[in-house]
Amino acid sequence: MIRVEGLKKRFGKVQALDGVSFTAGDGRITGLLGPNGAGKSTCLRVLCTVLKPDAGKATIDDVDVVGRPLAARRELGVLPHGAGLYPQLTARENIAYFGRLHGLEEDALRRRIEQLIDRLELGEIAERRAKGFSQGERTKVALARALVHAPRHLLLDEPTNGLDVMATVALRRWLQELKALGQCIILSSHVMQEVAALCDDIVIIAHGRVVASGTTQELQSRFGNQSLEDIFVQSVAPS
Amino acid sequence: MRSPIAVVCSKEVVENARDRRTMFSTLVFGPLFAPALFAVLINVVLSQTLASMDDRISVPVIGAEHAPNLLAFLRRYGLDAVEGPATVELARLTVQQGDHEVVLAIDEGFGDAFRAGLDARLSLIVDRSQTRAAATSQRVRAVLDAYAEQLGLLRLQARGLNPVVLRAVTIDEIDVSTAAGRSALLLGMLTYFLLLSTLTGGFYLAIDATAGERERGSLEPLLTVPVARSSLLLGKLAATICYMLLSLALTLAAFTAALRFVPFEDLGMQANFSPLMAAEILLVLAPFAPLGAALMTLVASFTRSYREAQTYLTLVLLVPTLPLLIATVLNVQPRLALMWIPSLSQHLLITELLKAQPIDAAAYAVSAGASLLLGAAIALVAIRLYERESLLG
Repeated sequence: MIRVEGLKKRFGKVQALDGVSFTAGDGRITGLLGPNGAGKSTCLRVLCTVLKPDAGKATIDDVDVVGRPLAARRELGVLPHGAGLYPQLTARENIAYFGRLHGLEEDALRRRIEQLIDRLELGEIAERRAKGFSQGERTKVALARALVHAPRHLLLDEPTNGLDVMATVALRRWLQELKALGQCIILSSHVMQEVAALCDDIVIIAHGRVVASGTTQELQSRFGNQSLEDIFVQSVAPS
Repeated sequence: MRSPIAVVCSKEVVENARDRRTMFSTLVFGPLFAPALFAVLINVVLSQTLASMDDRISVPVIGAEHAPNLLAFLRRYGLDAVEGPATVELARLTVQQGDHEVVLAIDEGFGDAFRAGLDARLSLIVDRSQTRAAATSQRVRAVLDAYAEQLGLLRLQARGLNPVVLRAVTIDEIDVSTAAGRSALLLGMLTYFLLLSTLTGGFYLAIDATAGERERGSLEPLLTVPVARSSLLLGKLAATICYMLLSLALTLAAFTAALRFVPFEDLGMQANFSPLMAAEILLVLAPFAPLGAALMTLVASFTRSYREAQTYLTLVLLVPTLPLLIATVLNVQPRLALMWIPSLSQHLLITELLKAQPIDAAAYAVSAGASLLLGAAIALVAIRLYERESLLG
């Protein structure tokens, strides 16, 4: 379970987060929905301890991300925006590097990578260098890399960006599988339909604030499919 | 479980071994380019300093039959006249093309003018833009001047005048340069080439630690592993140092092969470039590698992109020249106090080695200690910067 309370973060003159609060439960997929620049990435970066909040609190299974960043990182698998791999390393080596940095023993690491290659259908590219990978292949490897230490929580920043339909469908299927295993998953997106199709809970963020949140059904019945879009559009307009 | 520093270091070593750019700068640039350039330089210097003034040289002459006495005079001073080009026009062409360094043309009226006591005309065809030919043409010119002066004095005496009236000022030039002095510049170059190839060996790894990772988008996931950022950077520094030492060792091996047979004695150095000496030089320069790695990583971490990092790091490659330049210009002698200055201290120690002088243990300790200390200090600053939030850019 990931709990966020009153997060604030300012970059120079830009108040990127202005008191964001929400809860993401285990065995659920929580979508952070918002236009570009709303603060979704900043929020995820605070959660994965890359950024420190100016105020507020965030915990991952009661581990405070500010107070115990290393412990928090052990609980987290992170798929950041862009999913950069090391071009001169093979898919397997890219995944293994992160496994070793997570402190996995070589035997356990080998077994775990085989498992991930199998589950994410990476067999064909496992021994190829990442240099020539397509965006879909890169995302798959980056996802395997994020999962190598079997984290109970997963953060994904715009995971379907640049993916074709087939890759998007596959990614959704894997996320559903992980959810069924009881994982706590947070993903960010600016595509409303995608969030509605995949997520159990939706948190709509604009200008660094939560403008609406609830389960997907709740929000849809409260506003209707059309007005969900309206909330979105209104939130983009400067207040 | 291996330590994170070792994990990062070995990954960087493997990854960069597959990178053509890194391998070029580590294996080719330093080890091949530096010794080749140095061999050319040393040959030029040797041929310039060692060409003896006593060597006989041939001078192409046009119209030799008009001035037999002059040719006899030239021969006495080691200049042998040989048949030159047919005409002055042709001579201009051949000198311009570099076929001849100098051509002496004797006017056909030379003999008549000479006998009449008028000014007899000679033409010396030279190409001043050819520095290689400068020594030859200067020598011919000097002998011709001496001939003219001697004849002028004889004519004055024949008219009953004291030749001294012509000489208002007498200049005695006292050349105190020694072979060792001339080679100071060369030694400075040798140290610089070695330092340069040490630095270029780690060039791309240093960029990769910050700017490279950021540009590829791999920095953010890397920062989410449960490893302290200081360990990540230390692992990268260790890999950088490995490559720098590899590049240095290869360069020294190449120097050993290339310079085995260069007569260093003629340059005032008693020792030749043996494998043992290469090993000793490696020991002297090794403490410089951590300093260079830390400095390059620090500078690269300020930059916003790979390209910008390349620009700034190219400037860093020039930093070790400064102490060397000062040392060469001032011709400083090794003193313990100077051992605190990295790059200069290594230069002075290498010079001692090449002169086959024993190295003072205290001097080596201070040289190595100062470089390592400064390297550690810069590495600390680099770690601080790596821990900043703005690292992600």
